[in-house]
Amino acid sequence: MRVLRSWLRDFVPLELPVDELVAVLDDLGLAVESVERVGEGLEGVVVARVLELGPIAGADRIQRVVVDAGDTEPVQVVCGAWNFAEGDLVPLATVGTVLPGGMEIGARTMKGVESRGMLCAADELGLPGGHDEIVVLPAGAAPPGTPFAEAAGAGPDVVLDLEVNANRPDAMSMAGVARDLAARLGLPFTLRRPELAPPGPVEAASVAIDAPDLCRRFVATVIAGVRVGPSPAWLADRLARAGMRPINNVVDASNYVMLELGQPTHPYDAARLGGRGFRVRRAHAGETLVTLDGVERALDGDLLICDAEDGAIGIAGIMGGASTEIDEHTTEVVLEAAWFDPLAISRSARRLKLRTEASARFEKGCDWAAIDPAVARFVELLSGGDQLSVGPGTDAGGGLPERAPVRVRTARVNQLLGTELTDVDIAGYLGPIGFTTLSTPAPGVLEVALPTWRLDSATEIDVVEEVARLHGYRAVPKTVPRSPLTGALTRYQRDRRLVRHILAGAGADEAWSTTFLAAADLERCGLEVAEAVVVANPLVAEESRLRTSLLPGLVGSVAGNARHRITGVSLFEVGHTFRRPPDGQQLPDEREMVAVATAGADAREAVTQWHLLADGLVLGDWQLEACAAPGLHPTRTARIVVEGEPVGMVGEVDPGVLARFDVDERVAWVELDLERLLACPHGPGTYRPISRYPSSDIDLAFEVDDATPAGAIERTLAGAGAGLVSGVRMFDVYRGDQVAEGRRSLAWTVRLQAPDRTLTDDEVGVVRRRLIAAVEENHGARLRG
Amino acid sequence: MTAGDVSGLVSDALERIAGAGDPAAVRSLEAELLGRRSQLATLRSGLGALAPEARKEAGRELNAARARLEEALAARRAEVDEAERRSRLEAERLDLTEVVPTRRRGHLHLVTQARDRLEDVFVGMGYTVAEGPEAETDWYNFEALNFPADHPARAMYDTLYLELGAPESTLLRTHTSPVQVRVMEATQPPIYSVMPGRCYRQDTADASHLPNFHQIEGLVVDRHITLGDLAGTLDAFTEAYFGPGFRSRLRPSYFPFTEPSAEFDITCVFCKGDGCRTCGRTGWLELGGCGMVHPNVFRAVGYDPETWSGFAFGFGIDRMVIMRHGIDDLRELVSNDVRFLRQF
Repeated sequence: MRVLRSWLRDFVPLELPVDELVAVLDDLGLAVESVERVGEGLEGVVVARVLELGPIAGADRIQRVVVDAGDTEPVQVVCGAWNFAEGDLVPLATVGTVLPGGMEIGARTMKGVESRGMLCAADELGLPGGHDEIVVLPAGAAPPGTPFAEAAGAGPDVVLDLEVNANRPDAMSMAGVARDLAARLGLPFTLRRPELAPPGPVEAASVAIDAPDLCRRFVATVIAGVRVGPSPAWLADRLARAGMRPINNVVDASNYVMLELGQPTHPYDAARLGGRGFRVRRAHAGETLVTLDGVERALDGDLLICDAEDGAIGIAGIMGGASTEIDEHTTEVVLEAAWFDPLAISRSARRLKLRTEASARFEKGCDWAAIDPAVARFVELLSGGDQLSVGPGTDAGGGLPERAPVRVRTARVNQLLGTELTDVDIAGYLGPIGFTTLSTPAPGVLEVALPTWRLDSATEIDVVEEVARLHGYRAVPKTVPRSPLTGALTRYQRDRRLVRHILAGAGADEAWSTTFLAAADLERCGLEVAEAVVVANPLVAEESRLRTSLLPGLVGSVAGNARHRITGVSLFEVGHTFRRPPDGQQLPDEREMVAVATAGADAREAVTQWHLLADGLVLGDWQLEACAAPGLHPTRTARIVVEGEPVGMVGEVDPGVLARFDVDERVAWVELDLERLLACPHGPGTYRPISRYPSSDIDLAFEVDDATPAGAIERTLAGAGAGLVSGVRMFDVYRGDQVAEGRRSLAWTVRLQAPDRTLTDDEVGVVRRRLIAAVEENHGARLRG
Repeated sequence: MTAGDVSGLVSDALERIAGAGDPAAVRSLEAELLGRRSQLATLRSGLGALAPEARKEAGRELNAARARLEEALAARRAEVDEAERRSRLEAERLDLTEVVPTRRRGHLHLVTQARDRLEDVFVGMGYTVAEGPEAETDWYNFEALNFPADHPARAMYDTLYLELGAPESTLLRTHTSPVQVRVMEATQPPIYSVMPGRCYRQDTADASHLPNFHQIEGLVVDRHITLGDLAGTLDAFTEAYFGPGFRSRLRPSYFPFTEPSAEFDITCVFCKGDGCRTCGRTGWLELGGCGMVHPNVFRAVGYDPETWSGFAFGFGIDRMVIMRHGIDDLRELVSNDVRFLRQF
């Protein structure tokens, strides 16, 4: 909302410096987004009448102009524009003027012709408009020599761009902002109410309302004797500075009233209506309307304004139709001023993706009591000096919403704000913004009326906010409540940090990949597209699916680094993945995962990383089970199973997937379901005494089938030693001439140790035989000699 | 045997000892000079042939000679051992600046680092950390937070909906506030909790927007919690996180789930409040939104708003991170370029 300081001053005698004004507005919750000073630097610009035009020898782009600038002597200037004629009133920047753009006007001679000043285009004066044409004032606007700013209403001003929240319908108008300022600054607020003249001999317009739930009030006023033309300069200038393009005196008056009072109105050309009247109804299925902006819009249950013959002429509260637009032939105007249901307008504007100045106000909730003043003000502005005939206004509607007074408890106010206000303080804050205290039914209880311009306010808490706002949030003493709880992370949160630190310690950098993917990304990674949750309204196709795995993001990031010739990167990520839920469940199957992608390394690196994690988390019993998984290397992938529970995958990314990402390194891969992993027993346990007796090492080499996992044999070795095995370490894998085809030799050093004695050679021998027997029996292995 | 014989032998031997160049030479000299077949041994064996007086004299002389040689040998051995140790170590000399590290430590993402620090500050203030799902129902994201259907304030959030259930019934949370509702549904006051996490908006990624981003939210519900408590808590947090001298301030604003609602600013991190270009010469930077929990939110979770009051606040972690580290484009955070990640 662009607010002009001069316009505010129509209602409140504001004297404070701009920076203080900005601070006050901020503190009232009307955040000032920008401050613009306009119309400065026009002191040396005066109105001049063109007396004579003439060519300049040898120059066809400039001409000689003689003007009367109000002095005894005419002034001669050289000008490069041709859009004016003898007798026109134009702005002349006199010698010595510094224009808003910084240009200094001096006396010059061009092609032998002396130029003592410059005729100005709009942009040179800092006004809206172009550079090609000299500004031409309406005939008789002001006598030559009048300061231009005075004649054009374009004096210096300050434009404040306010961010208006959804709960401040009142602040969508100059008068509303002025009311708030007056209340805070303790200044008088004066809202002049023009009187409508008694109805003239003009036939009224009929109004029929088929949707009384959505249209609570509709006033149609017929105004005859209208002459369409440009608005007075001061009015057009205010509109332009407030950000609205001046169009003609009728449309401009409507817009001006909206900016001033917050009530949108819509003028129709009476002659172009089908029948002299209106019908307000919901749109039929399939109905369309060409709006003022020339766009044909498909309607669907939106509230429509129709003429008496039921032809659609506007979308209520949003935009009028093109067919009844005011133009230069209009002589009779019907003005619509109405109150529509805010939610209905909000819904339509959202569905049509059409937000207008009108809809922005209606959806916040307009002031139905402002309808009559708005109509009167419109007529006043439009009439100017002319005599207009105004018919009787037709006032119809579905009845206005109830606005019961609210009981406000002083104790409640103080308890919520941490203040020590009295009944009198509270009534004092509320009165000037229209929350009038009607009575005090009991000490400490105020019965407060709610103003019609604050439809957002309905309950006690809304009034408490107004008290806080006017008292000043920053005037509330600051206190810190003491938490009676022990602040702490949950075990899961601590362990998740540990996982991150282990992986960083292992050399992986933490990545953040987007949650969104295109269906093609999933396909590229060999992942099932049908499992992915679909985003209903993505801005781009790349955001149409939620990731089912961290793989596309991390492999994509490996590829991204490779494109910068950075190879061998190791990246990890902790993030959520999503899958379509089972039937009957609304929310997706959402899991917190951790994954590591290490380029230039194979599955062995991934297994090592898993070992680091398992060791760091002090995980109990776990094993790897070879398996196949989408997107992963078919012969180099294993499922991680902890205490019988699958918690993730370890291995390598499928080379086919990598090829599709143009990654020409191997990529080691670990992906874990963090919640499942951390639900497994883990963490430091009870102390196991360390043996102080000597240990004995025995080396065992077995020939086994390639299909037999080394891990399985290792588990047998660890478990079959009658509690005397204290360590098992593989030291050799051999394939070749010495073993049969399809088999390999695996060799371990097994360390034996008892907690309470030195093992004898006999005991070591017994354990050795038991280990050999167990491995040979369970794994089809044969001890090598 | 004459005294001259012995002294000649000694001076000759000392000369040879001095010339022994390495431990092996010292060892063989030792054998030669002091061993059984040494000249000294030979002379000693000849002592028996001397008269008792002369034998005694000669014996003393031989012992003295032997002692001198042993001493000289020990000294020389120490010298050559030391020389050899030095030359061995010299051969191991390493230019430590030529070392290329073979392992490197990874880096936690800046956003993780910031989130951890924020959590730690609040844990220190007696808060717990709560989390919730990123895919949410309309109820948790809007309805329970006092955003009725078609409420214009919903337009403040460019919501991304999921094709699950009835149209627009399932969505990606637009803020961390749904976790407030989940926490209140699951527990009874007092509640002192912060809720960090990833949120989503239908936004085109540019220097200051990302369609997914991170927020942290705070919720306090207890008896007699006031707007002053909110202002004081934000002040305490600001000082704990940003450092001494950093303050916060409130400006009235609007959010459906709080009333009174406010934006909160912190002392500009660039000019420390003096006023600079980044803060528009105000000395303040906008950090987030906050307010007193709306009674309708309490009603939605079954709390009596007359018994309990509370405040909530929230702000973007990512924006704070780029502000703090002078990063001019939010998209750097999701580039996953290791040249970025390894800087922090």
